Amino acid sequence: MPEIVNFEQFVRRILEILFWVLIILPMIALPVFYLIYVLQVEIQCGFSLLNCSHQIDWSLALYMFDPSKMNPLDPNSYISQLGLGTNSVLFKVSTFPGLTFAAILSSFVIWYERKLLAKMQYRIGPLYAGRVEGWLQSFADLFKLLFKEIVIPARADTLFFMAVPFAMMALSGALLAVIPVGPTTFIASSAYSLLIALAILSFFPIVTLLAGWASNNKFSFIGGIRALYQMISYEIPLILSVVGIIILSGGSLNFVDIVNSQSRIWFIGPMILGAIVFYVTAMAEVERIPFDIPEADSELVAGWLTEYTSMNFGVINLAVYIKLYALSSLFTLLFLGGWQGPAPVPGVVWFMIKTVIMLTIFIIPRGFNPRVRIDQLISFGWVWLIGIAFANIFIAVFLRAAGLL
Amino acid sequence: MITQQVAEDKLTVSIGPQHPGAGHFRFTITVEGDTITDCVPDPGYVHRGAEKQTEYRNYLQSIPMLERSSLTDVTNIIMPYSMASEELMGIEIPPRAKYLRMIMSENQRIISHLYWLGIQGIFLGHSTMFMWPLGDRDIFIDLGQMIGGARITYSYAIPGGVRNDMPESFKPRALKVFDYFEKRLKDYERIFFSSPLFLKRTLGVGVLPREDAIKLGVVGPVLRASDVKSDVRIDEPYNFYEDVDFEVPSFKECDTYARCMVHLIEMRQSMRIIRQCLEKIPQGPVRVKLSPQQRANAGEAYGRVEASRGAMGFHIISDGSTKPYRVKISVPSFRNLIALPKLLIGSHVADMPAIYWSLDYWPVEADR
Repeated sequence: MPEIVNFEQFVRRILEILFWVLIILPMIALPVFYLIYVLQVEIQCGFSLLNCSHQIDWSLALYMFDPSKMNPLDPNSYISQLGLGTNSVLFKVSTFPGLTFAAILSSFVIWYERKLLAKMQYRIGPLYAGRVEGWLQSFADLFKLLFKEIVIPARADTLFFMAVPFAMMALSGALLAVIPVGPTTFIASSAYSLLIALAILSFFPIVTLLAGWASNNKFSFIGGIRALYQMISYEIPLILSVVGIIILSGGSLNFVDIVNSQSRIWFIGPMILGAIVFYVTAMAEVERIPFDIPEADSELVAGWLTEYTSMNFGVINLAVYIKLYALSSLFTLLFLGGWQGPAPVPGVVWFMIKTVIMLTIFIIPRGFNPRVRIDQLISFGWVWLIGIAFANIFIAVFLRAAGLL
Repeated sequence: MITQQVAEDKLTVSIGPQHPGAGHFRFTITVEGDTITDCVPDPGYVHRGAEKQTEYRNYLQSIPMLERSSLTDVTNIIMPYSMASEELMGIEIPPRAKYLRMIMSENQRIISHLYWLGIQGIFLGHSTMFMWPLGDRDIFIDLGQMIGGARITYSYAIPGGVRNDMPESFKPRALKVFDYFEKRLKDYERIFFSSPLFLKRTLGVGVLPREDAIKLGVVGPVLRASDVKSDVRIDEPYNFYEDVDFEVPSFKECDTYARCMVHLIEMRQSMRIIRQCLEKIPQGPVRVKLSPQQRANAGEAYGRVEASRGAMGFHIISDGSTKPYRVKISVPSFRNLIALPKLLIGSHVADMPAIYWSLDYWPVEADR
């Protein structure tokens, strides 16, 4: 940081911060609009900004100050007719179950992970931010990152270097858009939701390779190449592990249908092999220990993230944690019966409970595992995981043919 | 730096001195795919001329400066210096001082090995194995503080004996700590040394066969891991090491796994030695009174001990004045560095940190 802060620098800092704050919302919204308009994914919600804007009765503006007309939960209220109610696409994309919810949950997952790991290692972990057990630590880190300078390496490819955080965030947001959290609570639903989710997941290696290449750093480059190897190798068992689910759910690729077909028994029972394969491959997809080979900090400083600083780094990190949340949600939907659970508790709450349990199971191996080597990882993926995934498919076919499920 | 011409399909990567895995040290590796084809160590970033500096100080003044070279191993780096100085001055130190030197030396070995284990854990990506040993290291530092008075740099084994006597409360405290630490070592074995991923990462990685180890002249745990039962404490006993029972570990695997296990077993043996020392230690003075400007007789002397990283030697030449004429320090780190290129060439890039740290190379000690 320079010693003398003049007005120009001050304005530039403010603009930079505004830039980052404003950039996140469109980055979530764009993929969703793409899904809606280009892919023509069917929107299943009653009243929205997109298809009913001509019906707004502007005379209702007179009731603007009437609290009963401002209730976002009431579909007939003024605010809902403006397209800002809880049932609107804008609300779903930006708040729940879209960006804000996922981002806040991810920040708490970061705090939760640090706290859990600290307990495993007989430490205290974050303590001061937020007074109670440091629960605001992630937000403190966020504000710290916002005020850091963005450093772009001298010989880096600036365009692609700066495009990577946006691309990561856009992909994570797109992943969120197709994942329902309740029988009627979702942003976009399609007959091919599962396929879309898997397709979006396979975009991530391209972005990480781009990050490694654009940084113009040898460590970044090696990290990017490793990420590419790892993610592509583990893409195949990931998709194969899901095939059994599709067979058992009657060929439907829609998450709502898949969850409904688990009303008798959760698929983790018959599809335990598939669940194990999905779990391991998901760990590799989000580069968590013991599979954090692309970010191996003792050999490749921080892998493909080496040159990223400030909010660039923050956004990438947030995107990775949103991806982790999305994969936990996928596991819940595919194997743990989604939002199904005893009646008095709403389905969304059941879904969240299961997802948080899955997040914990994703986090815990970090405490007692060393990192594996890239050649061991890849041979494990190609030899064992694909074999187990095929065995899982045969079990599914057998169960289906015997009429047991 | 020497600019190197490399082939098109090869990549030269500089590891250090700002790399998290290297410390104050750099080595350049050439990689072809995932295989290391060349390795050029480039030590000397923290060379402080410790040998030359001793020529401007008298015998006692050099001690704090010399022990800064090896902060995890301060007692063991000072002890050979003091032994050689005492030989030149013609003094015999009291037996209680010798026992105290043994206790501090073995305590220091545990501290150094725990530090080593923590870094080896994080180099293999095992964050718990980084936190646990560094946390347990603190209770041994507290033990050292009870005797030495400082936490890290206590300048303990000075010429003429030791600086302080042991307090009465040391023995019960030490026995309690050892009972606790025996349990913790079992935890370490469960969570780290028997973990299948740890075995996958270390077995057969960085093999240094017995013949090569002897030819290259490596010392300490690296030599013992290569199936050579060599230990200065057994070969040329100093202090009272011939009076205590302990085992020198050696392994037939000769790889990174063997080097890790040697460190683990040596920590147990060190505790065993301290337990025996606490039983046998006699009462009496701990120090021979020397004048601040003590003169040494003209001549040469060589002191050698088994430090935590291997054989540590001081060769002192005296011209009969209050200052040494010349001091040559033989440090184990530098002697083990010669094995690094041999072990790295042909191995995977991902094994580089584990192999490098299994040699227990301490750049500050090596550069002196």
